[in-house]
Amino acid sequence: MGMTAIEKILARNSDQEVVKPGDLVVVEVGTAVLYDNNLIPANWRDVLSVKHPERVVMVFDHRVPAKDIMSATAHSVGRRFVEKFGIERFHDVGPTQGISHALIADHGYALPGTVLVCGDSHTCSAGVFNCAARGTGSPDMLYAVTKGETWFKVGETVRYDLTGSLAAPASTKDVLLHIANEYGDHATMNVEFGGPALENLSLNARRTITTMGAELSAEFATFEPDPVMLDYVRERNPGVAFEEQYPDEDANYYGRHTIDLTAIEPLVAMPDAVLNNSKPAREFGGEKIDQAFIGSCANGTLDDLAVAAEVLDGKTVSSDVRLIVTPGSQLIYKQALKAGYIEKIMDAGAVVTNATCGACGGGHLGILSAGETCITASTRNFKGRMGDADSRVFMGSPATVAASAIRGTITDPRDITGEG
Amino acid sequence: MEKPVLEGKVWSFPDNINTDLILPGRAQYFTEEEQMKVVFEANRPGWVDEVQQGDIIVADRNFGLGSSRPAARSLRNVGVACLVAESINGLFFRNCVNWGFLALECPGVAAAFEEGDIAKVSFEDFTVTNTRTGETLQAGAVPDALLATMQAGGVLPVLEAEGLIAKE
Repeated sequence: MGMTAIEKILARNSDQEVVKPGDLVVVEVGTAVLYDNNLIPANWRDVLSVKHPERVVMVFDHRVPAKDIMSATAHSVGRRFVEKFGIERFHDVGPTQGISHALIADHGYALPGTVLVCGDSHTCSAGVFNCAARGTGSPDMLYAVTKGETWFKVGETVRYDLTGSLAAPASTKDVLLHIANEYGDHATMNVEFGGPALENLSLNARRTITTMGAELSAEFATFEPDPVMLDYVRERNPGVAFEEQYPDEDANYYGRHTIDLTAIEPLVAMPDAVLNNSKPAREFGGEKIDQAFIGSCANGTLDDLAVAAEVLDGKTVSSDVRLIVTPGSQLIYKQALKAGYIEKIMDAGAVVTNATCGACGGGHLGILSAGETCITASTRNFKGRMGDADSRVFMGSPATVAASAIRGTITDPRDITGEG
Repeated sequence: MEKPVLEGKVWSFPDNINTDLILPGRAQYFTEEEQMKVVFEANRPGWVDEVQQGDIIVADRNFGLGSSRPAARSLRNVGVACLVAESINGLFFRNCVNWGFLALECPGVAAAFEEGDIAKVSFEDFTVTNTRTGETLQAGAVPDALLATMQAGGVLPVLEAEGLIAKE
């Protein structure tokens, strides 16, 4: 019996011919990404030795620029670490600032066929690059950085074959909500994506799916390699060798499902859960919102800003709504400026913030009070996620969020754009 | 190292208990001690005052969905001796290992216990017994290396002993 893509990556990096579900493997860490939440006093210890400083990336993203003394302290700890161990790939406040997962994509840090760990749960994002990318805890990161290795329990893999093409303004966010609705949690399992629809999906669109793999409770979320992805990585890593991993034809999948993208419609998840909790955007009967947010590692890409600009172009955000837009990185922000997206978004009445995790995790730049309602294009809508435990967070695509911001109520984007 | 066998009072939790419920985002930058006071404040206010040292959490599917935050450490710190769930989110399970909090996956466990029952959990043969009903369930084994780390108080003492990180 053959192996799935993730099994082959884990086998390679643990020097084994074969791995199978149930195995515990020790793998070499190709890239270790530290971020500000690792560096707060309750989570961090002074590191005395780093195994491979050239494999370490340091990012400040959750609370940048520092929003309080605790985040400032964490950033100081990070700067000292970078100085002490000569870490070259360092993303401080400034032009290369951004959310770790967006930066990994911007700079091509995730090499196909390798292992990448980061202390943030949405690290599965980099699975779009055919990388075994995994969110870990802070102690895990100390282990990976000092010893150069980590362990994984190998889980079963569920394969999703994507066919057809999306009918705009439906997006891969809607695809993910559809999968979460139909198939529920994937705890202890991996998800693998491939199929003929890949050629119709940009890397950004694919990355929304892998990032949201964390919300399926999956272990690894991995895309099959294709020329678009491989060219992108090669361009950013000239002369660097890597070996992408395709699943074997007789790979052993726990389950296999075909998702026809043509049939996907805008969906919205109701408050408190992403799993088994969505319904069509048109079925919300004028549900009023106070805030709308577009950003995060899941929906802060250039594609997402383009869609927001398209929906908002020439329209005005409802006077009852605060629309907050947070690009995934300063690089994306600049690209969106050049493309004219930011002007359209701001002209409609939105506030565009600097690149950071920001409102997504309730850290800063758009916290909700008790009784408020938000619709978000970000990663999570758990109870209390974006502020007070008595606020409510609905979740949809950037198009759905932009449309809802215009109307002041949860709105199917097709009712604004006239598409579909 | 001798493998633990525990007996404790059961607290029952439904499926999909997420990390933001265990350790709310607003407490992420708190100290370890402050974080203990807010565990389950949104879904089970007052629970932290009732839970006793040595109690056991029995949960349905997908416990610990969500963030990498040290939520497992907070459960350990408030006195929970062990987590037994139908299934556990992989990242949460890593944090159980690395923060030194005993955890097991056990099919059928949610239906086999009512809150207040006494559970006997053996890491020798990975069985979970309800002392009221006498029912014994077979849990999934935790690999020796991971169990040893859980028992040793997590991975930080290991790194300290090897001189890789500073002592607290």
